Order: sequence, then structure tokens, then C-alpha cells
Amino acid sequence: MSRLGTITRRGLLVASAAVAGGVAFGFYRYVQDPANPLVPGAGETVFNPWVILRADGVTVITPRAEMGQGIQTTLAALVAEEMDLDWSQVRAEHGPASATYANLAVAAAGLPFIDYRDSRMKRLAEGAMDVMGHLMGTEATGGSTSTVDAWMRMRQAGAAARAVLVQAAARRLKQNPMALATEKGAVVAPDGTRIPYGALAAEAVQIAPPADPVLKDPKAWRLLGKPLPRLDMVAKVTGTATFGIDVRLPGMLFASVRANPAPGGAMRGFDAAAARTMPGVKAVVDLGDAVAVVATNTWAAFKALETVQVTWGPAPYPATTDAIMAAIASAFDRAPNSTLRDDGDVERALAGATPLSAEYRVPYLAHATMEPMNAAAHLADGVLTVWAPNQAPTVIRDKCAAAVGLPADKVTVHTTFLGGGFGRRAEFDYAVQAAKLAKALAGTPVLLTWRREEDMTHDFYRPAAIARMQGLATADGPVALTAAVAAPSVLANQARRILGFAPPGPDKILVEGLFDQPYGIPNQRVTGHVSDVAVPVGSWRSVGNSHNAFFLECFLDELAHAAGLDPVAMRLTLMRGESPRAAAVVQAVAEMSGWSSPPPAGRARGMAFCWSFGTPTAEVIEISQGPQGIRLERMWIAQDVGLALDPRNIEAQMVSGAIYGLSAAMMGEITFADGAVQQQNFYDYDALRMSQMPVFDTRILASGGHPTGVGEPGTPPAAPALANAIFALTGQRIRTLPLNKAVTFAA
Amino acid sequence: MQLIVNGTPHQITADPDTPLLWVLRDVIGLTGTKYGCGVGQCGACTVHVNGQTMRSCSLPIGDLDGAEVTTIEGIGSPATLSVIQQAWIDNQVAQCGYCQSGQIMSAVSLLQATSRPTDADIDAAMSGNLCRCGTYPRIRAAIHDAARRLQGA
Repeated sequence: MSRLGTITRRGLLVASAAVAGGVAFGFYRYVQDPANPLVPGAGETVFNPWVILRADGVTVITPRAEMGQGIQTTLAALVAEEMDLDWSQVRAEHGPASATYANLAVAAAGLPFIDYRDSRMKRLAEGAMDVMGHLMGTEATGGSTSTVDAWMRMRQAGAAARAVLVQAAARRLKQNPMALATEKGAVVAPDGTRIPYGALAAEAVQIAPPADPVLKDPKAWRLLGKPLPRLDMVAKVTGTATFGIDVRLPGMLFASVRANPAPGGAMRGFDAAAARTMPGVKAVVDLGDAVAVVATNTWAAFKALETVQVTWGPAPYPATTDAIMAAIASAFDRAPNSTLRDDGDVERALAGATPLSAEYRVPYLAHATMEPMNAAAHLADGVLTVWAPNQAPTVIRDKCAAAVGLPADKVTVHTTFLGGGFGRRAEFDYAVQAAKLAKALAGTPVLLTWRREEDMTHDFYRPAAIARMQGLATADGPVALTAAVAAPSVLANQARRILGFAPPGPDKILVEGLFDQPYGIPNQRVTGHVSDVAVPVGSWRSVGNSHNAFFLECFLDELAHAAGLDPVAMRLTLMRGESPRAAAVVQAVAEMSGWSSPPPAGRARGMAFCWSFGTPTAEVIEISQGPQGIRLERMWIAQDVGLALDPRNIEAQMVSGAIYGLSAAMMGEITFADGAVQQQNFYDYDALRMSQMPVFDTRILASGGHPTGVGEPGTPPAAPALANAIFALTGQRIRTLPLNKAVTFAA
Repeated sequence: MQLIVNGTPHQITADPDTPLLWVLRDVIGLTGTKYGCGVGQCGACTVHVNGQTMRSCSLPIGDLDGAEVTTIEGIGSPATLSVIQQAWIDNQVAQCGYCQSGQIMSAVSLLQATSRPTDADIDAAMSGNLCRCGTYPRIRAAIHDAARRLQGA
């Protein structure tokens, strides 16, 4: 798998137009134009970049990070459905880093359109933005786009393979291919003759696949639309799944690293004399901005690393949380970076009135994946091989190549299972460190594992953010709303790291979840103010939506209470005429939770909504006040995923997203003192535990068309639903997260 | 010193303060047991030592001469799944899967001690095992499911 293809800009535009409108495109030309990065091994037949036939079945290349969201199973099912495979014959492999597997949908996620008005599909077809051009060729997992991106391409890959297998059987049987059927990995003739695909592979692969393979009518689906056993499940319950941290090679050494406790700060020098004499230590390596110890086992590396005396430079940002928040607030004093919604005439609507005003704040957050950052690398014979649990293998390839001074085609990246990603592993810092170690120890494979403390203090954090809200509601509902958000820009930070420049223009991600919501408030304006605070920030599950849904949905709750309106009824009124899809999920969650009846004595409910990643999601949480604090009792989630490819997996993601959001809302906070990140480990950056779980009830709506995002949309409504429930329970309106600074939760 | 891991004796030469976790992973090469926090806070490294549920990241090897250790690899393999692993599969519990070895080791201990655990029993036994994907509701369901199967119910 070393022959890596490049892809032309034109080729991708053709493909993106096809993804966009469901327009058939030249599949044959698509796979012939860029090189197929797959080279068949012994006993393998490669039909196209997604389909490898082997003696024991079909291996589907599922080129998206499996970080828990079940994506490899769903992507494999897209191919398996069209090929009429039996599920027991299907395997999934991530495959090589290649522009062939570029994620075309993720590039559009930053475009400043209002999703419920202009569908993501349409935007893709229009796709004309500089940043998109630069991101082309990036193989990445993020933005809840994997299924959206694969929806046409991978079904067509399966259908094209099936077509040539049928043709080969037709030639052999001297029959019209139209008369032949396929089932369970075999072509079946009208007389019952069965020819397994394996017996046809050699002939079939010689046949040119159709330019426009016919896709199955969804009514004929046997696999898609139904719960499938995940392909990774058996490995993950037997300890046999290989995560990055589990990669083992002959002669491998084990390393760990320490960088400035003020992330992004410089390393001025170190004294490692003591470390070098410790048992098992093989090398101490200067990585420029960090020091690494390489040893015969990870523990020896950890222990020796602690003895290294390092002189660190100052933090490149204000030294305390208070100073950082003041710097973020100062962005309000500058002209906005964006005004992506400006409906009606806000000034006129507010003139002479006494609007409700409130300021909301959220803290920096860590991703805290269960598997700490790690990567393995081996440099030998002028070739660098990297094993990394990562969300962007082509970026990893290019950055590691640059770090060791090799051309990209001399770097191979193996993407292992990820022990959680949540956006953290869209970065490349850990892999570049491993590549540098491989260069320093050329010929010896090295596995770099960060201590949890290094992971917690060197994240690319969800930025802190501040919102200033003003609104006016009458007995008929809100008539005016202004929302100004100030935060460091995730988009600019990531673009600078990956592309070397920040794209000009409005930062949509800063205000997503606020400017793009289906509320027909006649006068509303949303502005985004970019702060340049240099704390490293990155994508955190649901990105801008993670804070903006908290701001908007809590403030709408405030407006509803101020005007004496029911929060659900008020939202339904605002959604009328804007989006029936949105209204349907709100109606569903109200019905599921019995919203129209009062909660049981001693309990209270809160509701919130967010349209993110193409998917409207509504959540209601019911809580109680117990002797040890507030308990989460029940939670209802309704979500419209367009088309539900695997309902059981979608249900898992709805609940997963909500729990991730609840953990952050209740207790998540990264703070700074003397420039350093204060939180170190799970004892001071914890998450929800089994004993704190509410009982979940979910409903998937499928309004039709194509699948929309699933991995992230469950997260944004969780925090505001809970904060609104706390108001309903206690009368306390909490406008600053985490909530445990204001109330006590039961353990 | 000697360790008996999943029934197999191993002669170990390592610094006595090396935690069992790293001996399992980096010396013996059993990578099913995971590193999560190093301070007994997350449960990803849970194993059984002489029948007791332990966090292997915080157990110096020097105290374990002759100990019998069971890891996830000793509970069942893909070809010989235990009842509890089968319950995990049937309930499609795992997402990223990184914490699941530790979750299963804690659940095995729970079911050995309490044949029909209540939700409160599950809360008490499992709250030391962190899961960032939020698989808790399915873990709970799988434990109840495994308990029924082990009782032949």
C-alpha cells in the first residue's frame, strides 16, 4: 500500500458536485484518474479504492477514523448493501492515507450558510471558498460528515464492483446480465446456479466498471436501515483491538515527553544528567519545544522524565484565567468579525423598550479522551512509517514528512483504532513528536505515550467564550434578539496550524448554533467577535455549537419565563414557517417527556434544541433535588437524521453526545494560573460516572432524503437543557459553566 | 520474581516499583489492559490479582511475587467468548472501546460476588470505571443480561 495517489482539483470538483446533488458522475473515471492507492496482495483482487475481494470475503476500505462512533461499520454497510454481501463476509480496514479518500463534506462545514435554509448538499455543489480549495485532498474525520461524504461514493463503489462481477458471470454462463441476481456474495442464475464472487474475481476485475452504476432502491435494502453488529465489537470486548498505544514492533523502545506546562510556551533548556543514568533509559531527545525520554518500557520513561530539570519560557497568553477572560471580553470593543444574521430592524424593535439583558460565560474544556495521546514511528531505509490513532492521516503524513525532511511519498501512515477522538485527534502534534523520535533513533521503532498529565495540560482546548444577549418578548413571543459572541477562533487556529494561514472572512464556527437556528424572531442580529488569546484551541465535539446552544437556548428560556410563555410552545411558534423538521423534533421530545403534564413531585424539567451538522436535535432532562445534591433522573432525546442507516448505532451516538455535553456542563473546566494549565488528571477534570446516569429514552426521526450528521448533534442541547431544568427546580438562573460552581450534584 | 498471568508463569526482571500495568503491557506484551490515568482514577487498567479487583497502574510489581493475575485476555478470546463478553456483544456496548477491558473486569468481579445485582449494586461496583463515550446505559443492560444468563434464567 505504498503507492499513494494524487488527485486533481478538477477531479474532486466533479466528485463534490455528485455528492451534492445526487447527480451521477463518472465513477470509472474517478477511480482511473487518480491512482488507486491500493495495491493487491497475494490472493486479493482490488476493484476500486474501497473494495478488496479476498478468499474469506470482502474487505471494505472505510477511510474514516473509528473513534467510537461506529463509522467503519456503517461505511462498510454502504458497500456491502450494493454488493449483496452477507454481513459475515464483510471486514473493514481504515486503509492508507490518500487524497483519494479526501473528505469533501467536511470542507464545506465552515461555509457561512444557514443550514436549515440552504441545505448542506446545495452548499457543497456551490463550494467556492479559498479554504475549501486548500483543504481538498485532506482525508479527515470530523464535522459529523463521514456518512454524508460517503453516502454516494461508497454505495457507487459497491455497485460498480457488483456490476463487473455480474458481467463476468454473464460471460461465463453466456446469459444476459439482466437475468442474473446477486445474493450473499454470489451471482445467481435463473436456474439456481451460484457462482461465488471469489470465483469470478480474476475475470471481473478486467472489465471496465460502468460509469454510472445503478444504486439499489432503498426499499430493497437488507442491511442499511437496520441495526448491524459492529465490526469492531468482538475485538473491543476481548482486548484484541489495536489502539495506537498497543502497537508493538520487534525491538521497539518506549518514550514519553514533557512540553511547557503553559502550552505553546518555549523550552529554553534542560538538564537530563540524572535521567540518563536511570535504569532502562536509552536516550534523552531534545524535540525543540519539548524533551523526551526513550526507555525499555513506558514506566521507565515516565519516571526518568520527572527528573529532567527544564527551563520553560513564559506563556504566550495572559497568565491567569481572569486575565484571559478579560482579554476575550475586550474583543467586544472591536468591530465584529461577522454579522451572519441580521433580520428585520433590531434597533427599531428595541427603541424605547426595556429589553432583557444577560451575559453568559463558558470555560476552556479538555477533550480528555480515554486513550492519552500517542503514536509510534519507525524510520528505516529512508522511509518513515507512522502508526497513529488520528482523525487526519494526510495531514499527519505531510507534517511528519516535513518534520523529518522526507518527501510525503516516503511516509506511510497507519491509522489504528482511536481510544476516543472528539476532535483532539484531528491535530498532528503527537505524531510529529513520534516522527522526530524515530529520526533521532533511526532504525529503531519508538512508541511515544503521553502521561495523562501531559495530555490534560497540552490539549487544543474548546475555547472559553462570552455571550452578551439582549431580547424582548411579548405575550406572543420574542420580537427582538441580539447576540454577540466573543471567543478565540478555532477555525483560524486550526487553519494556521494545518495550512499555514488563517482564511479571511467571517468565522462561521464562532457563531454556529446561534446565527443558524430555525427561529423566526422578526428582528435578530448575531455578531461574532474574534479574540486573539493564544491558548491552543481546536475542535471539541460540536465545536461552536457546544457553547452557542448554551447561550441561545438558556436565553430563550429566560425570555419565555419573562413573557409568561411555555418554553416548548414558544419555540414551536418561532419554528413555524421556518422549519417543519425542527418543529417535529421539538414536538416529539415534548410528547416523549410528557411535557404538557407536570413532572412528578420534587422534580423539574428543562428543554433545549440545536440544529447542528444538518441534524435538528431536541432534548428534555428531568432532575430532582436529593439529600446529596441534584440528580439527573431521566433524559429524552429526539433527533432527525434525515435517513437512519443504523438506528441502534445512531441511538448510541445520541446518548453519547448528550453524556459528553452533560459532563462538560456539570464539571468541565480548564483554568490557568502562572500561565500553566491547572487541571492534571481525572481527579480534577472528571466526567459523569455510572452512578450519575439518568435513564435515557430516544426517538429517531427520518424525514427523508440523505443521512445527516450523528456523532456531534447530541452534545449542544445537553448543557442548556440541564441549566433550564435547574432554573425550573430551584429558580436559580446559572449563566456561567460549569454548573457545579453554583449547585451541588449527587455523586 | 514470578507472576502467573492468565495461568501462565512469567519470570519478570523489572524495577520493583514498576506498576503491574506496564509489566503486562510493555514486558509481557499483553496490551488488552489499558493505561488511562496512572493514579487509579479511571479504571481502564483494571485486572484481578489473586481474585481481587485491582487498578494495575498503581500496583508496584515488587509487592506481587507469586501473584496470580487475570487480565481481559484471560476472560475470553474472540474464539472462546465468556458469557459476559457475549452479553457485551449482544448489547453492542463498546464505542471507542478503550475503557471496555476495565469495565468488563469490574463487571466480572461484580457478578462473581453478586449473582443478581441491582442498579444500586452496579452503580457501586462500576463507578470507578470511567467511559468518555458514555456507554454506561448499555453496560448496565449488559450486566443485567449476563446475570440472567449466568443463572440460566
